[in-house]
Amino acid sequence: MRAVLAPEALEAIVEVLRRRDWRVVAPTVRDKAIVYGEIASAAELPVGWKDVQAPGSYRLERRGDEARFGYAVGPQSWKRELLAPSVRLLQIERANGSFKVAKKAAETARTAFFGVRPCEVAAIKIQDRVLIGGPYADEDYLERRKNSFIIAVNCGEPAENCFCASMGTGPKAEDGYDLVLTEILDGSHRFLAEAGTDEGAELLAELPQQPAEEADTAAAEKVTDTARERMGITLDRSDVHELLLANLEHERYDDVAKRCLACTNCTLACPTCFCTTVDDANDLSGGAGERIREWDSCFTAQYSEMHGGGTRRSLQSRYRQWLIHKLATWNDQFDTQGCVGCGRCITWCPVGIDIREEVVAIRVTQEAKS
Amino acid sequence: MAQTLTETAGSLEAMTPVPYAVAAKRQDTYDTWTLELEPQNGAPIVPGPGQFNMLYAFGVGEVPISNAGHFETEERLVHTIRAVGAVTKALCAAEVGTVIGVRGPFGNTWPIEDAKGKDVVIVAGGIGLPPLRPAIYHVLKYREDYGRFVLLYGARTPSDLLFLDEVKSWQRDYDVDLDLTVDAGDTDWKGKVGLVTKLIPPAQFDADDARGFIVGPEIMMKFVAQELMNRDLPAKSIYVSMERTMRCGVGLCGHCQIGPTLVCRDGAVYTWDEVENLIAVKEL
Repeated sequence: MRAVLAPEALEAIVEVLRRRDWRVVAPTVRDKAIVYGEIASAAELPVGWKDVQAPGSYRLERRGDEARFGYAVGPQSWKRELLAPSVRLLQIERANGSFKVAKKAAETARTAFFGVRPCEVAAIKIQDRVLIGGPYADEDYLERRKNSFIIAVNCGEPAENCFCASMGTGPKAEDGYDLVLTEILDGSHRFLAEAGTDEGAELLAELPQQPAEEADTAAAEKVTDTARERMGITLDRSDVHELLLANLEHERYDDVAKRCLACTNCTLACPTCFCTTVDDANDLSGGAGERIREWDSCFTAQYSEMHGGGTRRSLQSRYRQWLIHKLATWNDQFDTQGCVGCGRCITWCPVGIDIREEVVAIRVTQEAKS
Repeated sequence: MAQTLTETAGSLEAMTPVPYAVAAKRQDTYDTWTLELEPQNGAPIVPGPGQFNMLYAFGVGEVPISNAGHFETEERLVHTIRAVGAVTKALCAAEVGTVIGVRGPFGNTWPIEDAKGKDVVIVAGGIGLPPLRPAIYHVLKYREDYGRFVLLYGARTPSDLLFLDEVKSWQRDYDVDLDLTVDAGDTDWKGKVGLVTKLIPPAQFDADDARGFIVGPEIMMKFVAQELMNRDLPAKSIYVSMERTMRCGVGLCGHCQIGPTLVCRDGAVYTWDEVENLIAVKEL
């Protein structure tokens, strides 16, 4: 099912979803960045804004038009809605010399994600695989995921650090959404909308719309084709698995360790990074305890801490762990890639370390050797 | 769309600690205790040999600890714990009657079926003996199903050797080729002094038809595996149990990665063939 929507129809999307008891979370402008927050009206979208990104740099600028999705991705990903940064997993109370464990109540807030980029749709699919696709599933993630509704928006304005074309995850979403929009700005401002599920089709049927003509689908195709061309291929993933695993002791890791601050920004901004830790605590009386699950990062020393010291004490080894996991060992562990090419780790690195450049630096010496 | 996720999702039953009471407690060495645990409700879980449980000390935290008891007949869970961190110290301080939390069993098992009819060579270093004890009990119970049984056990000092009386009774009662050593002796020690690797060259086993199980510090397992390979035991016939930080025990928290593998999900038991190249890389 496919139709053309006027920009005003976005208001109907928000209205219909809210009427059906969906909490609508969408990109909004806050603190000079585009972040995800609950909206009550499509007017709260970042209308007419674009983001200018570079390694270690992010600025919002006016576009000079009324584009609703004329930007790429901000510092946050939808990970914070699905794999929440902090969740109380258990409440444990002492009782009669034993203890009683109460599991966290299931998350039931139905949330519609409005404005999910194709790279982020890919990231959600990857986290599905990791967090609920194995022999054991994360219950909190599963509940939130079941209660999610995904409205994807294809990309026409990739930022400088975007490389989804290299990773095969964008700029056009192929599946994994309920509804997908492509914003067309070629004179007549409109959206091509396509349903991906029955629920998406039901929503679409309620919106004011025009039939989609061939010219509309062609125009939408052109939007993502142009975006793909603009990005080009900046990371060759064809042999990156073998390349990185054959160069585990590469001197480039010494070089990157001189720049990396181990600040963990890349792992927090990454839409696929899933590592968590648990914090067990009790109250002052010692009568009740709780277990909190929180995001963790392989860049910290505590991450690999065992009796006798940490496994990864050097910064070299921590950056290597992150890089090889994203681009190589993730595939071995979960049979899916770990990087979607959203570029957040590059933009939000305070010293502008670029994952693509690090791979190139390793590849160059490999080619010199052979 | 998202509603169908439940049908394909993995088990949700792994994350809640179940209360077990400390039914018996024994101090093994100056820093190591063995706890026997009974569930407060129902029957105990039955871990396979080599599997581990996540043990929770109320309000302090949770750690992965290998099972150390009989895995077929025991009415109680048995865990031997060295007090080294906040959680293990709290667990070792638990008195009889104290209730602790148990999640598990997790991880894979020693290949005791595959080892049937073959010689079994077990090499343990220090606190590495308890994770091997379920496999040892099995071989002893079905002693006639296995060939020669070589048990080589080393520790830093005589006071670090665990279960010494029990270990000697295995030698006496079950035809076990036992050899002991310590890195540094004391005035009472009359046995061998030196690394456990030195016990391997004289050991009697048929390398063409044997299985080796090793547990100890990584550096010890590396040199023991090397010595066993020097005796022509193939890397694929040598098994080790790996150790990494774990928060969940079920493949969700990411902490126990060693390159391409998750220790809690794919291990903790690996063939030497699988991990040799990973361990060789410093800080991987």
